[in-house]
Amino acid sequence: MNEALTAETITITGHSGAEIEAYAARPLGADQFGSVVVIHHMPGYDSATKEIARKFAAFGYAAIVPNLHHRDAPGASSDDAAAANRANGGVPDDQLVGDVDSAADYLRAQEGSNGKVGVIGYCSGGRQAFLAACRLPQLNAAVDCYGAAVVNAPPAGFPVKFEPVVGLAEDLACPLLGLFGADDKFPAPEETAELSRILDGLGKEHEFHTYEGAGHAFFSVNRPSYRVEAANDGWDKIWDFYGRYLAS
Amino acid sequence: MCTYLTEKIKITGSGKGPSGWFGVSDASVYFDHPVHAAAEHTLNIDFLNPGKGPQARVAVELTAESARELARAIVAALDAAPPGMVA
Repeated sequence: MNEALTAETITITGHSGAEIEAYAARPLGADQFGSVVVIHHMPGYDSATKEIARKFAAFGYAAIVPNLHHRDAPGASSDDAAAANRANGGVPDDQLVGDVDSAADYLRAQEGSNGKVGVIGYCSGGRQAFLAACRLPQLNAAVDCYGAAVVNAPPAGFPVKFEPVVGLAEDLACPLLGLFGADDKFPAPEETAELSRILDGLGKEHEFHTYEGAGHAFFSVNRPSYRVEAANDGWDKIWDFYGRYLAS
Repeated sequence: MCTYLTEKIKITGSGKGPSGWFGVSDASVYFDHPVHAAAEHTLNIDFLNPGKGPQARVAVELTAESARELARAIVAALDAAPPGMVA
């Protein structure tokens, strides 16, 4: 692997035909590659998430980050757009699914694509990755990084558009990798254990890892929550998981 | 977590952003991940003018302790104003 890649900002047609910005990266010199839709966290379509897309490309996968907040603030900085999205009540679930579906279509259409597309999401994107994997049967693998409100409802008083999605688990059509922190409260280990039990009961292929000494957002290299050992091992788990389900 | 728990209020006043002063009409207050502050969660306030677009925003991210101290200071300053000056 020479880690050569190219990356660019593009426009894709998202849910309901809306034109939205996206950041796309792909490996150079690879004859064939699997692909990943990267769902950004609630702080937005930011540089840290684009860096994740470039990491996937360096490791041999095409990747795309759709800007889920584009409609709220076209052309605005990622933090202003995230604030506008929050003020508007968040990203509707149907819109998220439509945008991920469009992003996956874009990846499949790229020259060199092997036709396999996975999804990964962080924080709120973890829940959204689970949601997409249940609603989009053509996805090949999903990774949920500390997504809350998959099983448990948010506390009373929360503005809606943020409902648990575990009821969709019966429709989960691809293997799921879950990466969580033992010190996280949202989702707490009890919630992810409950999700694992539910998936066991449904016979859904999944693999969960919960890291001691790590809390929420342990992958975030630019935040105090970063935990190097958990993040490094988590990346190893991702490479192994996607290597099995997307690479070949 | 990404809480989505947001207090939204109407306000009257002005704020100063990168392009200068503008009137603010709305504020969002929430405790969640910061964009910039070196803390896992912060009390975030956005002073907004939606009519001028998403960039018409003055944002602060404060530690919980700082936010409580700010809230106390705001109330203290208002209480200390001469009678009749504060409506």
